[in-house]
Amino acid sequence: MAYNDKVLDHYENPRNVGSLDKNDPQVGTGMVGAPACGDVMKLQIRVDEQGVISDAKFKTFGCGSAIASSSLVTEWLKGKSLDEALSIKNQQIADELALPPVKIHCSVLAEDAIKTAISDYRSKQKGVDAP
Amino acid sequence: MKKPIYMDYQATTPMDPRVLEEMLPWFVEKFGNPASRSHAYGWEAEQAVEKAREQVAALIHADPREIVFTSGATESNNLAIQGVARFYQDKGRHIITPVTEHKAVLDTCRHLEAEGFSVTYLPVQTDGLIDLTALEAAMTPETILVSVMAGNNEIGVVQPLQAIGQLCRQKKVMFHCDAAQGAGKIAIDVESMQIDLLSLSGHKLYGPKGIGALYVRRRPRVRLKPIQHGGGHERGMRSGTLPTPLLVAFGKACAIAADEMVAENQRLLALRQRLLDGICSRLTHVNVNGSLVHRLAGNLNLSFGFVEGESMMMAIKDVAVSSGSACTSASLEPSYVLRALGVSEEQAHTSIRFGLGRFTTEEEVDFTANLVVEAVNRLREMSPLWEMVQEGIDIASIQWSGHH
Ligand SMILES: Cc1ncc(COP(=O)(O)O)c(C=O)c1O
Ligand code: FES
Repeated sequence: MAYNDKVLDHYENPRNVGSLDKNDPQVGTGMVGAPACGDVMKLQIRVDEQGVISDAKFKTFGCGSAIASSSLVTEWLKGKSLDEALSIKNQQIADELALPPVKIHCSVLAEDAIKTAISDYRSKQKGVDAP
Repeated sequence: MKKPIYMDYQATTPMDPRVLEEMLPWFVEKFGNPASRSHAYGWEAEQAVEKAREQVAALIHADPREIVFTSGATESNNLAIQGVARFYQDKGRHIITPVTEHKAVLDTCRHLEAEGFSVTYLPVQTDGLIDLTALEAAMTPETILVSVMAGNNEIGVVQPLQAIGQLCRQKKVMFHCDAAQGAGKIAIDVESMQIDLLSLSGHKLYGPKGIGALYVRRRPRVRLKPIQHGGGHERGMRSGTLPTPLLVAFGKACAIAADEMVAENQRLLALRQRLLDGICSRLTHVNVNGSLVHRLAGNLNLSFGFVEGESMMMAIKDVAVSSGSACTSASLEPSYVLRALGVSEEQAHTSIRFGLGRFTTEEEVDFTANLVVEAVNRLREMSPLWEMVQEGIDIASIQWSGHH
């Protein structure tokens, strides 16, 4: 399949590949997908004291669209509050990258990864806050 | 745009320039209809057709009168399977074929099921070979046809044709072989292998697309109910004006393949080993899918652990290959051939098929090996699975939140 330029750009120059310390209480980790489905996405966010996402990293096993979707959301996430981050919808990702219908699920995965990372962060914070 | 290096010889082959040269005069100067009996235009075309028929027959040690020209292996498979099933249905209505066959065989069988035939889809072993005892056990008094391919298009695995032929003859079951990938690559002898019907395709052996043949045994005689009716060409089995230029080219392609097969196979085996060594000496977690011993010399199907096939193809876009990953297919199902070998879905997603052929060079192989090593290293750095393996986590032990 011939890919759109934006997908190719993110695929060839992926932004924010890497890992954050998953044991850090300020870090939320979301791992979604499954190897058997051909896609696994790991998204990590660091949240500062103001509740703003200061850093985001990803690692993805998946097709070019999956890699591009995760790379794109790490860019979008930085500087956003958690609620703003939660409002990112897969359709925006798919539109930005002009994903064809068969690749929509790659963007769904990226949205799921955001939600999972935030809920991991929040459950860790509950743990920290507890007496 | 600079085109990538071609390493997809199982999808199709370029035409050999010697074939093209032979073919050209038959379009404009010598354009006669080989069925025209009343003038020289027809006679010269008929002569050319008969020469081509001899060349095709010689490649598989058949008699020229046993060759029926078709549009390709898809049509040959349809004609063989449907033709035999419909002609012999009073004898029995059971067919056996392995699960790893080409869709042109499997889908034809599916259609016959809808007409009331029963089909056994025979499982294969982990190396891709069929188990002869399982084949024998699947045979019933109702069985009229066994269809097994010579070489597999995805994994290149070559089935034990001789033993299958012997078993079928002994059980009085007809044996059809889809040799689209095997012909011209491995020695095929329909006599010693006791093959009753055999499908060929021009474009897999450096001939043109849109031409093929079906070998139909004369002694003991195999009969078919034709699919396409009309002027009664090809002894009534396949009506339609014969495309002289395509036949001349197909014949020439078969003659070249027969002449050069032994030397070419040695060359390809060396190139394949060079590719495999070039990759495996520098990467871990690489698996060969299918038997490396019983295999077409020009095929290498590898799984690169923790690297998804489609992103891999993007990373090595200077080389034209194909993948068994679902992400490359419209259906999002990973390759049924790999799944049939017991390859996990995960491993099927990481597979790449390298197809080497007549015009592949050592430089191209080295370039490809280097590119593959670089790409796999880069993508593994990006792979959460690779990271987990480095941390010593057993990926199989994890509960994944899979989507489908
Ligand atoms: C094993 C096998 N059988 C049949 C076919 C179909 O051949 P054709 O393209 O000549 O119809 C192919 C090629 O795709 C093949 O690889
Ligand atoms: S990861 Fe399979 S289609 Fe995107």
